[in-house]
Amino acid sequence: EFFVANEMKQTSGSFCPEGRQFNMSSQPDKGHQKQPGNGHTHQDPNQNQNHRPQHVEGPGTPALSMPIPDVHIQYTKLFINNEWHESSSGRKIPVHNPATGELLCEVEEADAEDVDKAVRSARAAFQMGSPWRSMDASDRGHLLNKLADLVERDQLLLATLEALDSGKVFLMAFFVDLMATIKTLRYYGGWADKIHGKTIPIDGEYFTYTRHEPIGVCGQIIPWNFPVMMFAWKIAPALCCGNTVVIKPAEQTPLTALHMAALIKEAGFPPGVVNVLPGYGPTAGCAIAHHMDIDKVAFTGSTAVGKIIQKAAGDTNLKRVTLELGGKNPNIVFADSDLEYAVEQAHSGLFFNQGQCCLAGSRVFVEEPIYEEFVRLSVEKARSKVLGNPLLPGVDQGPQIDQKQFDKIMELIESGKREGATLECGGSAWNQQGLFIQPTVFSNVTDDMRIAKEEIFGPVQQIMCFRSVEEVIQRANATHYGLAAGVFTNDIDKALTVSSALQAGMVWVNCYNAMSAQCPFGGFKMSGNGRELGEYALQEYTEVKAVTIKISHKNS
Amino acid sequence: RAVPDVHGGARARPTLLAYYFLFLKLFINNQWQDAVSGKTFPTINPATGEVICQVAEADEADVTKAVKAARDAFKLGSPWRRMDASHRGLLLSRLADAIERDSAYLAELETLDNGKPYAVAYSVDLPNVVKCLRYYAGWADKWEGKTIPIDGDFFCYTRHEPVGVCGQIIPWNFPLLMQAWKLGPALATGNTVVMKVAEQTPLTALYVASLIKEVGFPEGVVNILPGMGPSAGAAIARHMDVDKVAFTGSTEVGHLIQQASGNSNLKKVTLELGGKSPNIILSDANMEDAVEQSHFALFFNQGQCCCAGSRTYVQADIYNEFVERSVERAKRRVVGNPFDLSTEQGPQVDQEQFNKILGYISSGKREGAKLMCGGGVAADRGYFIQPTVFGDVQDDMTIAREEIFGPVMQILKFKTLEEVVERANDTKYGLAAAVFTKDIDKAHYVSNGLRAGTVWINCYDVFGAQAPFGGYKASGNGRELGEYGLDNYTEVKTVTIKVPQKNS
Repeated sequence: EFFVANEMKQTSGSFCPEGRQFNMSSQPDKGHQKQPGNGHTHQDPNQNQNHRPQHVEGPGTPALSMPIPDVHIQYTKLFINNEWHESSSGRKIPVHNPATGELLCEVEEADAEDVDKAVRSARAAFQMGSPWRSMDASDRGHLLNKLADLVERDQLLLATLEALDSGKVFLMAFFVDLMATIKTLRYYGGWADKIHGKTIPIDGEYFTYTRHEPIGVCGQIIPWNFPVMMFAWKIAPALCCGNTVVIKPAEQTPLTALHMAALIKEAGFPPGVVNVLPGYGPTAGCAIAHHMDIDKVAFTGSTAVGKIIQKAAGDTNLKRVTLELGGKNPNIVFADSDLEYAVEQAHSGLFFNQGQCCLAGSRVFVEEPIYEEFVRLSVEKARSKVLGNPLLPGVDQGPQIDQKQFDKIMELIESGKREGATLECGGSAWNQQGLFIQPTVFSNVTDDMRIAKEEIFGPVQQIMCFRSVEEVIQRANATHYGLAAGVFTNDIDKALTVSSALQAGMVWVNCYNAMSAQCPFGGFKMSGNGRELGEYALQEYTEVKAVTIKISHKNS
Repeated sequence: RAVPDVHGGARARPTLLAYYFLFLKLFINNQWQDAVSGKTFPTINPATGEVICQVAEADEADVTKAVKAARDAFKLGSPWRRMDASHRGLLLSRLADAIERDSAYLAELETLDNGKPYAVAYSVDLPNVVKCLRYYAGWADKWEGKTIPIDGDFFCYTRHEPVGVCGQIIPWNFPLLMQAWKLGPALATGNTVVMKVAEQTPLTALYVASLIKEVGFPEGVVNILPGMGPSAGAAIARHMDVDKVAFTGSTEVGHLIQQASGNSNLKKVTLELGGKSPNIILSDANMEDAVEQSHFALFFNQGQCCCAGSRTYVQADIYNEFVERSVERAKRRVVGNPFDLSTEQGPQVDQEQFNKILGYISSGKREGAKLMCGGGVAADRGYFIQPTVFGDVQDDMTIAREEIFGPVMQILKFKTLEEVVERANDTKYGLAAAVFTKDIDKAHYVSNGLRAGTVWINCYDVFGAQAPFGGYKASGNGRELGEYGLDNYTEVKTVTIKVPQKNS
């Protein structure tokens, strides 16, 4: 449950029942943070012991971690073939802190030529007989586990970079995003040598078996809302199945991806297995989607761009496509549910990560008898939210990612007012500086309003009223999206009826955003194609080869 | 309590520090305890016959204590039952890391107590222990139940739940590796364990117990009891509050375990027992490779392997050359101090095994097999036996039917594939088998026809944590390793819920 927005305690508890993972001794020492590229190996037993104390010593003192002050941004170049490259065009991307507008640094900007270079290196790493192809599957898994250990070592640094670069609340980045990253890497580390083919009782005098082979060079294009976590979601299953990767992080948030690149090298992945190219969608992203020597592309982002990716595959080499796209997710609250709990879950289901979640529960359907009370409590909850510098403790909500998103959200808020929804609270910008938006709640929202149909991707909650189970199922499904949904009820029949009927890749019953590396994630309809996480994700990164051998005398 | 720095993981040279840091008591509820009876027993260095130290000797009263601890740890709501599956996996990974860190020390201790060459303990046993634990660490959160499209207005799913308190009785031939094979799947699936380690080789298991505590397994999850089979082992097998027993050892004792389950609470039983494994060399095989692999198949670990290729069937037209080369290879086998890095073969584990093997060699000579080399004692102290090869062995000879568990190779002659498959299967055992041939048809014909849980083609003793291992017939029951190994530690619960209306 690493994704649970409002429950950091729960998150830490689920990772370590003893509750001692987050003591001070688990923080990496500064030498490591500043020079993570130094060869850190598992050869030296003394060094290994440095990793142990948190699991060895007695009860730790739980303490909140603090971001690293004046963090030094070390990696700003393209990562190709385990080396740092300047972009062939010489262009750079300015990287801003959305909380202040301040320029953090510039990173190299990849375009088509750099994509070509990266694909060549990924292709070379994928050649038969290469170190990567001839490696034991268990060693691939071990490399992913080592990478997880390095991320854990640099957790504080990565969380700081993530909060600076994306504006998300530092403690969320530390406990939710980074923990999820570590767990995802470990989870797929375990799968590497468990991806079983089958032997098949074919008719006739034959022996048939299947091999689950990697697809090849995988292009991966990831968004800015969970930069490091999306990076892990993408590379972990790809690498565990033995693919090579060319990954483009979002231009807004390249910093943690580049630090991950350094850790990938440090962990010992062979050159060319992972290549990281910061760049823009229409140039670098487009070059990946159109590349004739990329065997598969995985994209997470908007539905509009998802269509472009799918078309590009059709226009070129029919590369395999998996898509994780937008959502307009219904969260259905029945009158028999625990009201306060449902309010709180619906609140975090929408406002988590400044509302910048494809999963956001952005259509809250509330049963009529409790509607008014639900709205009242939701407004109370939204008003209590603390906005501010995401690096500071006590802050619940940071800025939106960039001006474009900010403007889009404000425009949708205006449309809500104009189309007759009741603005219960918020509705405008907050603070002079930075891209902050007040937590906003609309009631009396009807299904035909734009705020009920379009993905807002901001801190704007829509609360609708419903009367019957049949009605709410019909309304919840009346969308071209189908990513996630929630149901709150204590009635087992309603819970099972509604969860079966909803057209969504994830349905949460009496919870929201409860995700974990073990559970598949993906969309029905226009919310995507394929599944990430869980065992299901392995299918997206393997080709099945059936080998049939003529034999002379078959027996059972 | 850490091992000194000199035990670097990368260093493959023994320093004879094995006598230090010994854990000599029973490990119950994460505490070190004397036996209730106060009894101890000596553990012997088989290379010298000298006593290494005294170890607490568990019997029924201690088993009862350990089962109580394991039962408490298994109670609903306990830290172990409440733990995320991924965290169980993480604990197993940490255990693997700790063993890897201390592998030079553990390899020394294994050699001291068991007699196996240090070079083998360090480069074969220890890495495989680490890999096995890492492998099962990964399974912990991937052992998935199903949702099932049952007929009618119902929703049906399965939960894979742990069996409960598992008794595990392990042998002395691969003490650490057998411990890992047993603990890995049991802990990955969330069981608790009462493990009895062999009285010949208790030391490494107890050191690992200290690491189990170090990495943070909750109290009572793993309990480790050195003790004798007829007392502690029997107490586990008949205990009314042990839900499952897993045993690796002789077929003779396997019968007793199965009986004890029947006489008590019908606990689940898995057994890995003896073998008399056929190794079949067809005339088109690569001779040099086949000779070397067949030598290894039998002599590895002083011949003390349940899967030892102890019936080497060689096709008639290459028989003489094969025997000659095998004898030449056996004569080159270096027998000696197991701490010497050039040593290939150390002592047998104890006096009893030593005597038993010498008895089999006598029977071979008496029944008319041709002793080609070896046949005697190899040193004036310790339990060393010369690498021994018998030619002209017939299927009805004792050495062709019974498990010798020593460095004694039997080479038999065959003419046709049909004949050799029939003869190979003519045994109560069915653990492992191998076939050496370049012909893809013959390889499939023989490997499909053999009644054995493992068949190697053009290789022998190839083990991976990923691949299941276990026996047909009287060689056992159930499978260890691989995904299959999880089945033996799982109860499947079918949950069916009435729903108002089913939809696909």
